[in-house]
Amino acid sequence: MNLSGKSVILHDMSLRDGMHAKRHQISIDEMVTIAKGLDQAGIPLIEVTHGDGLGGASVNYGFPAHSDEEYLSAVIPQLKQAKVSALLIPGIATVDHLRMAHDLGVSTLRVATHCTEADVAEQHIGLARKLNMDTVGFLMMAHMTSPETILEQAKLMVSYGANCVYCTDSAGYMLPTEVSEKIGLLRSELPSEIEIGFHGHHNMGMAIANSLTAIEAGASRIDGSVAGLGAGAGNTPLEVFVAVLERMGVKSGVDLFSIMDVAEDLVVPMMDHAIRVDRDALTLGYAGVYSSFLLFAQRAEKKYGVSARDILVELGRRGTVGGQEDMIEDVALTLSKQLSAN
Amino acid sequence: MNKKLKAVIIGPGNIGTDLLMKMKRSDWIEPVWMVGIDETSEGLKRAREMGIKTCSTGVDGILEHIIADDIRIAFDATSAYVHAENSRKLNELGVIMIDLTPAAIGPFCIPPVNLKEHAEKLEMNVNMVTCGGQATIPMVAAVSQVQDVEYGEIIATVSSKSAGPGTRKNIDEFTRTTARAVEQVGGADKGKAIIIINPAEPPLVMRDTVHCLTKDTPDEKAITESILNMAKEVQKYVPGYRIKNGPVFDGNRVSVFLEVEGLGDFLPKYSGNLDIMTAAGLRTAEMFAQEIASGSVQLPSRA
Repeated sequence: MNLSGKSVILHDMSLRDGMHAKRHQISIDEMVTIAKGLDQAGIPLIEVTHGDGLGGASVNYGFPAHSDEEYLSAVIPQLKQAKVSALLIPGIATVDHLRMAHDLGVSTLRVATHCTEADVAEQHIGLARKLNMDTVGFLMMAHMTSPETILEQAKLMVSYGANCVYCTDSAGYMLPTEVSEKIGLLRSELPSEIEIGFHGHHNMGMAIANSLTAIEAGASRIDGSVAGLGAGAGNTPLEVFVAVLERMGVKSGVDLFSIMDVAEDLVVPMMDHAIRVDRDALTLGYAGVYSSFLLFAQRAEKKYGVSARDILVELGRRGTVGGQEDMIEDVALTLSKQLSAN
Repeated sequence: MNKKLKAVIIGPGNIGTDLLMKMKRSDWIEPVWMVGIDETSEGLKRAREMGIKTCSTGVDGILEHIIADDIRIAFDATSAYVHAENSRKLNELGVIMIDLTPAAIGPFCIPPVNLKEHAEKLEMNVNMVTCGGQATIPMVAAVSQVQDVEYGEIIATVSSKSAGPGTRKNIDEFTRTTARAVEQVGGADKGKAIIIINPAEPPLVMRDTVHCLTKDTPDEKAITESILNMAKEVQKYVPGYRIKNGPVFDGNRVSVFLEVEGLGDFLPKYSGNLDIMTAAGLRTAEMFAQEIASGSVQLPSRA
């Protein structure tokens, strides 16, 4: 693979996707310290919100230690060069959250929908565009549909005003061939001024390989997370990715040793558990299940005595999509009834 | 004596047609007109085939027939944008408006919780909230009738095929309206609503989850009884309304996991979300008709 001479924008997820792995309990101090470290290391874009995006605070997804407003207003003024993005999932957050984020200085708005349901994002993408924000359409669980459908849905997002569209491997299910097909089709069919992005999870151990493949196929924005702090087995670990990019001659503008230090000195010590491809995270990738279901399934295992792996496999079989955390307890209850009936 | 109230349905789409099919079985409401805006539309054609009169010039085209045909009830299944005008014009002629759009200019109506109150006052415009609201707010109310609910949250999951363009274009309307009704009708101090659209094939039957956080330790026995009774009330007009799991008690959290299967009239059975709206709308009109028939309220007088 020859990527020499290419350049990419690296987008850090540790303070948003990483919230899943921390049960949304990252403190303001931790957030500010990590964000400043990322800023100094040269990361151009940092996502900050509840793990499920703006307005994610809920029984269903978990109540965070602080509100989106508190996190955003603490982090944004501390940054010298990095910009801050916010995730918005229509059906969870509304344009009111979008306006709040914009008022606090969020410059990139990422509107996320399931990969076949882009038309719920028209209001939000339209408003972000109108507010002159860097407006990104984020097609989640992209392994669940064909490249042609991803393209059709991406075109909808572009028609609403997105200047960048993501193929998002929320389940960490994809293998490089699929990444190449999907990103490649988007790149060849969308206008050249529309950027393409890739968001990976490491559940099958493929995050670095998939991200490289995405660049090869035409992606110019890659999501990752310092120390991999993210849902499931985490996101593409940024310090590793920066090192690989450097070896391959791809420009990212990020300083390798600085990002290594942020990972090792700041992020790893605050992890509640090792972010790795453990049995349950691997099940997510293998069964194609939304990565943030991991800790919920493990809690349900403890409470109901049903294995997290069985719960996740059943959720995959049912075709659950992002946001259906409520079905985890429901499935656990149903499986535990079946167990006691046998 | 014919006690049935005569009705007009505005909007011959999926909801309007499903409503018509249910209404044809009603002992209390008689569908007379279907109003659309396109003479050649499938919806109006279906309505004609089902033996009711059709009008293709919008609400304005029906106004002259209201008194002559003794129309007393209107169901608006169009959009929030035109509802206010439709309602004003028909209210002026003494027609009670059941609003199935997200306009919500009248009070929210969740039949087993507050319909009787509206019927006794002869509210001239009631709003049917949202599909997710109809499915979940009875459960929030069932808990809040027992003890204080500080926070009520509902998650509605509907199949992609049953989420129409109106819902999709204005999904914020769903979350806002439902959250407000969780507070106003459900009785939660604070409400939150989440909607998820799932494209799985075959389409999944509507699922709804209700989480209530009670102020004090939940009285498990009383809450369970209240929830089971409330489910029976909803089943009177939506037989496919089922508690799949729960109530689960976890500290101050009370959770119920529901499934709503439709009757499969015009809309497929998985579209419990659409079915519960049409069924609740019709149930509302029927209760008004029953109150009127019993003499407890009077219809607006007509010369």
